[in-house]
Amino acid sequence: MTTLLTVENVTKRFGGLSALEAVSLTVNSGEVYGLIGPNGAGKTTLFNCMTGLYTVSAGVIRLDGVPIQNRKPHQIVNRGFARTFQNIRLFANMTALENVMVGRHARTRTGVLGAVLHSRRCLAEERDSRERSQAQMAFVGLKDRGRGLAGHLAYGDQRRLEIARALATEPKLLALDEPVAGMNPNERREMSELFLKLRDAGITLLLIEHDVKLVMDVCDRVAVLDYGKKIAEGVPDEVRRDPAVIEAYLGGAVA
Amino acid sequence: MPNVPEWLRRHPRLAFGLLAVLLAVLPFIVGAGLGRGWVRVLDFALLYAMLALGLNIVVGYAGLLDLGYIAFYALGAYLFAWLSSPQFGLHLPFWLVLPSGALLAGGFGVLLGAPTLRLRGDYLAIVTLGFGEIVRIFMNNLDAPVNITNGPQGINLIDPISIGGVSLGVRHTILGVHVFPPTFYYYLFLFFTLFTILVAMRLQDSRIGRAWAAIREDEVAAAAMGIDTRSVKLLAFAMGASFGGLAGGLFAAFQGFISPESFNLMESVMILCMIVLGGMGNIPGVILGAVLLTVLPEALRYLGAWQRATLGHVVVDPNDLRMLLFGLAMVAMMLFRPAGLLPSRQRKREFRAEDGVAGQEAASLYDAQA
Repeated sequence: MTTLLTVENVTKRFGGLSALEAVSLTVNSGEVYGLIGPNGAGKTTLFNCMTGLYTVSAGVIRLDGVPIQNRKPHQIVNRGFARTFQNIRLFANMTALENVMVGRHARTRTGVLGAVLHSRRCLAEERDSRERSQAQMAFVGLKDRGRGLAGHLAYGDQRRLEIARALATEPKLLALDEPVAGMNPNERREMSELFLKLRDAGITLLLIEHDVKLVMDVCDRVAVLDYGKKIAEGVPDEVRRDPAVIEAYLGGAVA
Repeated sequence: MPNVPEWLRRHPRLAFGLLAVLLAVLPFIVGAGLGRGWVRVLDFALLYAMLALGLNIVVGYAGLLDLGYIAFYALGAYLFAWLSSPQFGLHLPFWLVLPSGALLAGGFGVLLGAPTLRLRGDYLAIVTLGFGEIVRIFMNNLDAPVNITNGPQGINLIDPISIGGVSLGVRHTILGVHVFPPTFYYYLFLFFTLFTILVAMRLQDSRIGRAWAAIREDEVAAAAMGIDTRSVKLLAFAMGASFGGLAGGLFAAFQGFISPESFNLMESVMILCMIVLGGMGNIPGVILGAVLLTVLPEALRYLGAWQRATLGHVVVDPNDLRMLLFGLAMVAMMLFRPAGLLPSRQRKREFRAEDGVAGQEAASLYDAQA
């Protein structure tokens, strides 16, 4: 198994507050890697550091061995690392299909001249974008839903659309920030099926999640963050029994 | 469009043909019916349509509020004047000067865009407004120590455009009919307006147009989807500015005279109003806005003569009345058609956001309180 992503001693400070302190972890190619921890543990902060939305204060993040920390978000997407957001960030007033086609931006080349002259290459690329986007939508279970507005989709479908849009960038590594938040058990089961389907399609998944059952079912390995520090890492069963993890979740005084 | 009759809808080619014929004979109808002065008004309507379409790329597509757009118009006009008038004794042909003007303006668009990339909304508006004023003040003051712009007097005797040795700036007799310069310029401007429409339309429907729309909707998400927000925004500035520069060159040649006065803040605001009134982001809407706001003020001039004829003297100066009606029209529009006269589908949705879940919740909240 090869290493896809390594995070080495990443620290993120906001003024005096350390949101992340020397966090290290490695994600292997082809696995589903879970990132869990209590609210405010720094999970989303780590995501933002990895995907270029935040600069790191110290440390190195490598994708395929190449440092990607402090790069621009679009450069990281170009390298094959896409993400979704905890609070869904679709382009609500564009159609669902247009949303996914925006994801194709990184993998298409048409410039002003091609677009204005409707060059053969541009038209072919546009058709290709459309077909691939429709395929991505079908993959996540939104077949033939492209014409409606993204903002009018049901909540669960918006989550799926966000995944389709990220898939359109052709990622090797897909980071999902609480993809089943606010879903009922039925929807959660369907989503975890989608995660496994994604893994089987060769995409490595990085998952922030609170639902312990889902994490145990889906993830190959898990890291636990608490107060900006990694307190445990390993296979789910191991991590579940780790005293430090139990303390973080239930509180030291109680345990 | 909503009010197109059914039979035209079913025959788009016929509709297109009729429109083409109408546009082709329009200056003759207008000239014969309303007088030659009105052909000039038509010319200006086309110029403003070009300007509004250019600004629409920046404001309507990419969502960057630019209040200094007229500066690009000024740059195009001044470049034309420098390269094609006695000011420096240069008389380069228009097919060289017009693209140079567009290029210069586009370059300045990037120059303005680069430092303002991090700004949004009001802050961007303030900076661009300042940029517009700086350019105008430069033009006003660059007559010393070296006389470049001829200061507030402006540059005179700018060469008219001549195609194949035939100057558009003088009267010609074709088949026994006198055809005047404004009519020639009408066709020239029509050509460039159609060109602008084509470019704007194709850009909107392309990968680039989608990237602009994405940035307008959510810049962070757009960046996270692989869009280089920096270069895409700069591209919007550059594209919009080049159309401004192109229109500026045409204006200089048409007018034969330019001075800094023509490029004040009110002009920038006016072009923005055309977009807002017509329907931001929607090409037919923007053109409608430009035509209305160019033609209406001219039509209102008749009110002065009418007052003199019926009341014996002018009670309300038509110029004041113009601004009053203009203000009222804007207020009415904000109340009844906030997305513009012919809004784009997407904008309509943005303005009707309250119809969504949040709106229903708010409405039910009012019910509960009542």
